[in-house]
Amino acid sequence: MNDYRRIFADGLWGNNVVFVQMLALCPLMAVTTTATNGLGMGLATTWVLLSANIVIASLRHWIAPEVRIPVFVLLIASLVTLADMAINAWLHELYKVLGLFIPLIVVNCCVLGRAEAFASRQPVLASAADGLAMGLGLTLALVLIGACREVLGSATLFAQASLLLGQSFAFLEIVLIQDYSGFLLMLLPPGGFLVLGFLLAGRRLLERPRP
Amino acid sequence: MNPATFANIPHAHSQDSVPKLMGRVLLALLPATLYGVVLFGWPAFNLLAVTVLACLLGEAVCLWLAGRSVRLGMLDGSALLTGMLLALSLPPWAPWWIGAIGGAFAIVVGKGVFGGTGQNVFNPAMLARVMLLVSFPVQMTTWLDPHPWLSGSAPSFLEGLQVTFGHWAATDGVTGPTILGHIRTELGMNHALSQSVPGHYQSALAAVGWTGGSLGETAEILILLGGLWLLWRRAITWQIPVAMLVTVLLLASGFHWANPERFADPLLHLLSGSLMLGAFFIATDPVTSPLAPVGQIVFGIGCGALVYIIRTWGGYPEGIAFAVVLMNAATPLIDHYFRPRIYGRTWRGESRPIEKKSDEN
Repeated sequence: MNDYRRIFADGLWGNNVVFVQMLALCPLMAVTTTATNGLGMGLATTWVLLSANIVIASLRHWIAPEVRIPVFVLLIASLVTLADMAINAWLHELYKVLGLFIPLIVVNCCVLGRAEAFASRQPVLASAADGLAMGLGLTLALVLIGACREVLGSATLFAQASLLLGQSFAFLEIVLIQDYSGFLLMLLPPGGFLVLGFLLAGRRLLERPRP
Repeated sequence: MNPATFANIPHAHSQDSVPKLMGRVLLALLPATLYGVVLFGWPAFNLLAVTVLACLLGEAVCLWLAGRSVRLGMLDGSALLTGMLLALSLPPWAPWWIGAIGGAFAIVVGKGVFGGTGQNVFNPAMLARVMLLVSFPVQMTTWLDPHPWLSGSAPSFLEGLQVTFGHWAATDGVTGPTILGHIRTELGMNHALSQSVPGHYQSALAAVGWTGGSLGETAEILILLGGLWLLWRRAITWQIPVAMLVTVLLLASGFHWANPERFADPLLHLLSGSLMLGAFFIATDPVTSPLAPVGQIVFGIGCGALVYIIRTWGGYPEGIAFAVVLMNAATPLIDHYFRPRIYGRTWRGESRPIEKKSDEN
């Protein structure tokens, strides 16, 4: 039990995909212009991480180590294709926003990284927990950065959340300032780098050993 | 640390210090600043004050976070200079939050995150100006015609507060395009320069600064005098300004000679926009420009060429900030290829041969 608690603590904070491992930065810069986009991307990646970890952990005794990377990529690619088609079918509005970045989860280094570092040498249940924890950690980071950029860039929060989560979540959509003229830099890639940098600095400040 | 960024031994101390250098640059900037404030009235003064205050506040917070002496860091004047340079490059009637955001960005993102004064990669003021131009294009391109202090069209103190801190909608009677912006618009409509430039531009007026433009960039003569004074006091070296101005002059002359209807004449290029300010006060920032004299010439040529390219073919009418920031990014590379000669060694790095003394001595 203690073991699972550590897996989740690692995934969400101690070994967070974005804030500690510094992986998955490419989709991070591209999609986190709103918190909603970050949430959608994070949940899609979480699903891929979870299923990829389960599949790879259950097949780990049959995958020859010499060809493990191509096999991992093949498995991940099939799962991503499933996610891609599912989002296109059921969350078409979100699909139009995230578009290209859903298929690109295939080359997201955090998925292959977890497969190689964890799922290929751990039992199925632990791998599933790791995939879920890492995915939720990534979602947390994406939502956090997306929220910062959205608030600074367009003074809204969770804009278009009802498209992703359904009409019952329309209460999430907040407009902080009416007639906000916009802070374009925050919505452009430099804003992503700036927000990520300041959040990393903030995390180090929190983690600083107290004298 | 990169050894190429150090000048080589033996060192001789000239009793100069950062506060002294900054003080000289500030003093040299003062005439152009005062002229800008007089030309554009109270709103310009308010904007200057807000920008400088934002810079000082940002510097204090950064120094406090870094655990350094706030008093010493504030007294060296670098934040004050950054604030002045940034304010001088802003449209004079911009709202206060332009100055506040720009000043804080210049110090915190442009300098603080790199480790403070002397560690920054980019010129903080120009980085902030680029950020403002990209983020708030409307406010950053609202120019106005001169409204000198105490003249009929100048706003009173209260109206000035209204312009800077309240809601102020630009009206056509007050605003007017800068000459570079005007040329871009007219060329975009396929009008020849011989029709569009006269009536909007006279070099004599441009030289004394009686035109629209940023707060402190219009008075070319005053800036030139300040720059020459800095050269005389050896606060800056001649390589960067001369290389930058000569490059613009040569490019502008060549293209103007080839097609005067499409390319503006070289004097217009020299006397408009913030070229003078950029060449003498911004590109010469010792932290972000190369060390070796040859490298400084390369840096100046790069700045000048980029300015001309951006002005003539780029998406913006003026490109000093972009040119300087781009060349700042190239400075480590320039420093790598053009190193100063080590004292007592040849350019190739070998020991210099010892000359034989004659027998009589």
